[in-house]
Amino acid sequence: MLTIKEYKKVESLEEAWELNQKRSSRLIGGMMWQKMSKGNCAVAIDLSGLGLDQIREDADQFEIGCMVTLRALEQHQGLLSYTDGAVKEALRHIVGVQFRNTATVGGSIYGKYGFSDVLTLFLAMDTYVELYRAGTVPLPEFAAKDYGRDVLVRICVKKHPGRFVYQSVRNTQTDFPVLTCAAARLPGQPFLAVFGARPGRAVRLFDDNGILGEQITEEAAREFGKYAAGRIKTGGNMRGSKEYRTHLVRVLSERAALSLADGRENRNDCHS
Amino acid sequence: MTVTVELNSRKVTRNIEPDMLLIDFVRAEGCYSVKRGCETSNCGLCTVFLDGLPVLSCSVLAARADNRKVTTLEGLLEEAKEFGAFLADEGAEQCGFCNPGFLMNAIALFREKPEPTEQEIREYLAGNLCRCSGYEGQLRAILKFLEWKKERGHK
Repeated sequence: MLTIKEYKKVESLEEAWELNQKRSSRLIGGMMWQKMSKGNCAVAIDLSGLGLDQIREDADQFEIGCMVTLRALEQHQGLLSYTDGAVKEALRHIVGVQFRNTATVGGSIYGKYGFSDVLTLFLAMDTYVELYRAGTVPLPEFAAKDYGRDVLVRICVKKHPGRFVYQSVRNTQTDFPVLTCAAARLPGQPFLAVFGARPGRAVRLFDDNGILGEQITEEAAREFGKYAAGRIKTGGNMRGSKEYRTHLVRVLSERAALSLADGRENRNDCHS
Repeated sequence: MTVTVELNSRKVTRNIEPDMLLIDFVRAEGCYSVKRGCETSNCGLCTVFLDGLPVLSCSVLAARADNRKVTTLEGLLEEAKEFGAFLADEGAEQCGFCNPGFLMNAIALFREKPEPTEQEIREYLAGNLCRCSGYEGQLRAILKFLEWKKERGHK
């Protein structure tokens, strides 16, 4: 159980950053995960008074405050439309509505959790994180490096005329995923597939060799599946073996490629 | 630290520990409908409304409820009564331990989506676990309740 000595609802990001420089302090998002951790926290830093619970959309991008809840994200019409429903498909399996009304996007991204549907989803888009001190950093770079005790302020998604799909496999409804897979087809870029819950942190795989070509066929999708299964490193845990996950990488990447083929219906199941 | 919470339309000001959870706060105020279940944010037994939205009180700090509205089943008795009768009619409870949390989230569903599909009902209530039933009784109760409400609305 986490014990907290002092709770501080900060009035500025500077105040949050300063308090967070002490190792005994913790920034709290939705606290869903941190609450279950053990340890002592001298100061719990709450950002909920800074108006960071809003999603702003303009012609070029979405700006998502770190305190936006997963439920608000899942219900945002602009994001739903931009991602063909992939955002809803990624989030709707996470525990329940009550959980998603509290869990925050900032907490999910900052935690870089291996099981994260949220990280997998955003890695498939042209996403940046805005850190208070380090400034704007591409999400793949943020996910791969340690940015110390900086404060994640916002997540920005640049809009491109593309298509997205999201899939996950779970042993049982509301459980952690056995594997997650998001994919994107953006003009002028190779096909991108992202795999999370490997069980390690989500990683990206581009179709740099042009296996899928301009017109995705069933045969090309099958080949891409084999390619992905050979490239993506998986592991085993109580939810699935390494071999099973590698099998799923092949199946999900093939399905993702096919569902983003021209003239096909997107397979984001929340549409059904 | 001191917090002021509007609990079931009643202003409550209390000194609390910074790590006090909302479930402990509301139970200390006599709201025993809020059950302690998994304590790992999974079962939905501890569901309360925070500013009208269903949340898991086992995972929210009481400090976060400062200057906000918290509603438990004790504050929704009239609204819950009608639907509760349908749950009873369909035999949708055995031990009954999950019922308060289930009722809270079902009310949240009815408020958000007055005419949900069966799929939407299943999805919305996925975060409420019941270890006695197979959820079929609850589903029947919701569908019949919604049908009844619809018919009553037409009269």
